Amino acid sequence: MPRAPIIENARSFAWITDKVCGIVEGRAPRWWWIGFILSGMLASFTLMGLIYLTAVGVGVWGLSHPVFWGWAIINFVFWIGIGHAGTLISAILCLLKQKWRTSINRAAEAMTIFAVACAGIFPLFHVGRVWFGWWLFPLPNSNVIWPNYRSPLEWDVFAVSTYGTVSLLFWYMGMIPDLATLRDRVTMVYEKRAAEAKTAFAKSFEFAFYQFRRVFYGVLAMGWRGSNRHWSNYEMAYLLLAGLSTPLVLSVHTVVSFDFAVSHLPGWHATIFPPYFVAGAIFSGFGMVLTLMLPLRALFGLHDLITQYHIDCMCKICLATGSMVGYAYAIEFFIAWYGANPFEAFAFVNRAFGQYAWAYWIMITCNVISPQFFWFKWARSKLWLVWILSIFINVGMWFERFVITVTSLANDFLPANWNYYSPTAVDIFTFMGTFGLFGVLFLLFLRFLPLLAFAEIKSVSPQADVHGHAHGNTDKAH
Amino acid sequence: MKKIHGMLALFDTAPAIYQAANTVREAGYKQWDVFTPFPVHGLDGAMGLKRSRVPLFTLVGGFVGFWTGMFIAWYMGAFDYPLIVGGMPYFSPVFPFPVAYEMTILFAAFGTLGGMFFFNRLPMHHHPVFNYEKFRRLTDDQFAVVIEAGDALFNEEETRRFLEELEPLEVVAVYEDEEAVSA
Repeated sequence: MPRAPIIENARSFAWITDKVCGIVEGRAPRWWWIGFILSGMLASFTLMGLIYLTAVGVGVWGLSHPVFWGWAIINFVFWIGIGHAGTLISAILCLLKQKWRTSINRAAEAMTIFAVACAGIFPLFHVGRVWFGWWLFPLPNSNVIWPNYRSPLEWDVFAVSTYGTVSLLFWYMGMIPDLATLRDRVTMVYEKRAAEAKTAFAKSFEFAFYQFRRVFYGVLAMGWRGSNRHWSNYEMAYLLLAGLSTPLVLSVHTVVSFDFAVSHLPGWHATIFPPYFVAGAIFSGFGMVLTLMLPLRALFGLHDLITQYHIDCMCKICLATGSMVGYAYAIEFFIAWYGANPFEAFAFVNRAFGQYAWAYWIMITCNVISPQFFWFKWARSKLWLVWILSIFINVGMWFERFVITVTSLANDFLPANWNYYSPTAVDIFTFMGTFGLFGVLFLLFLRFLPLLAFAEIKSVSPQADVHGHAHGNTDKAH
Repeated sequence: MKKIHGMLALFDTAPAIYQAANTVREAGYKQWDVFTPFPVHGLDGAMGLKRSRVPLFTLVGGFVGFWTGMFIAWYMGAFDYPLIVGGMPYFSPVFPFPVAYEMTILFAAFGTLGGMFFFNRLPMHHHPVFNYEKFRRLTDDQFAVVIEAGDALFNEEETRRFLEELEPLEVVAVYEDEEAVSA
């Protein structure tokens, strides 16, 4: 069976350049402005929530005895997990030589960075006195004390800040050749846009915009000129960064899971947590990639670059990781019974049938049942269904973190301690606002940076083959 | 009088640039380069490039990172301000391992990116090849070979004739910046 082509309709190099650069060179479509304004309004919820929290104290969140880890940690793990798909696509699939990654890696890496930014907000403000947040880092302070390296929370500081930084480096380095292409087109684009400008105001706007773009892309492209002596070092550096990001992404959610697993609480203290969290993170991240890429593909007409083959691949990864998550849920129950620890057994029975059973069954439905549709080709080719299922995955993975965090805390060893945890309006608005923040950042990315890694897409297209096998495996496309 | 930087031949397919690179190498030129809009697989071999040395930087970065992680945990927890927490030792190579692990990756990543910039002499916002009027196509869909004037075998007439035999779209001379020459 011949492989599905990565680029449909045998598009030329110039077509690919024009298509992707056109997204940032044309005028912002109306939906972009609508989305940007709505996202900005939504993001203001987070801002107001955080101002209120800083002014009054963490008591404005629904935290009370015995649940002192509520939505903040849930939202943190949720957002960090989403980021993992971006790194998986850019690093692990690169090492595995999965060529289809080139069409989606740039947007997925952007998603990673913005998700990490959203995630960072929660633990930072959860410390209460946020102006002391820098004490998390090993910097000399006036109390002459240092961070405690024996705590998994401190490991998390290192893991997440390294993750954010390395993702940013990798994303930026991958963009340099594409930024150079945008830089080289700046004058041409200005001439075209200036010719269309009617009024004096429009003309001066175009000129100011031209100057901005000239400097912005010029500086960011670092003077890249496509020399093959450069490409040789660049390719090596790219491979090394992929090799470094692979153990990094696996370690980040491992360390996040240590926040739970290193404690002694039933339901948290489990050796299965690291692989289970990593699989869940990749699962949720691919859910988010599908949620974002399906509308973008339709809005920008990228059907030749993000094909049904790409969507199939992403659905299959969701299926695989979703099944791993389901398997982990089952094994947790088995170990709770097999381990013969009454507290552990109670914690799990209580999850499924206790006061938070509703959340548990939402989690099971969304995470275990919904990806099973992806076994079937008809489901993967119905994009509206894929999109809805991707939303289910996002919801389910948020509930997974809710179930893990809250059920274990709310019903711990002493029944006299038990309580029912509910978030406050501040919790809810602060979290909803982070979707706005994510949206604002992602929409800005769409307008200013190359959405697809087109230099890489060109390098995997059949016409890039130096031995002239351009028509070898695309014959069936004719 | 403009100073010549080199002779450029423009191509429009990947196989053509690959053949051209092979021929230029076989002719014995040393100071020359190929410009492509994307990394062309196999071109390093055709140009006779040695394996990139960027991994050196990665190795040094990773080494420094790991020991930095271990050192700060020892210095802060066992030397500068020893504090008993949870009955655990002041220092052990086990508990700061996640920190040292992350620092290894962080420093190695900076080393890799820094190494790439170092060996490529970037950022460099001026280069004679940018003066080529169709340079825009070289980051879009076309390819070029440039044989530099500094090469021992370079001769304006002969190199032009040599490049024309490769059947490129065009052969043009690329000149240095005016300011660079007068400075």
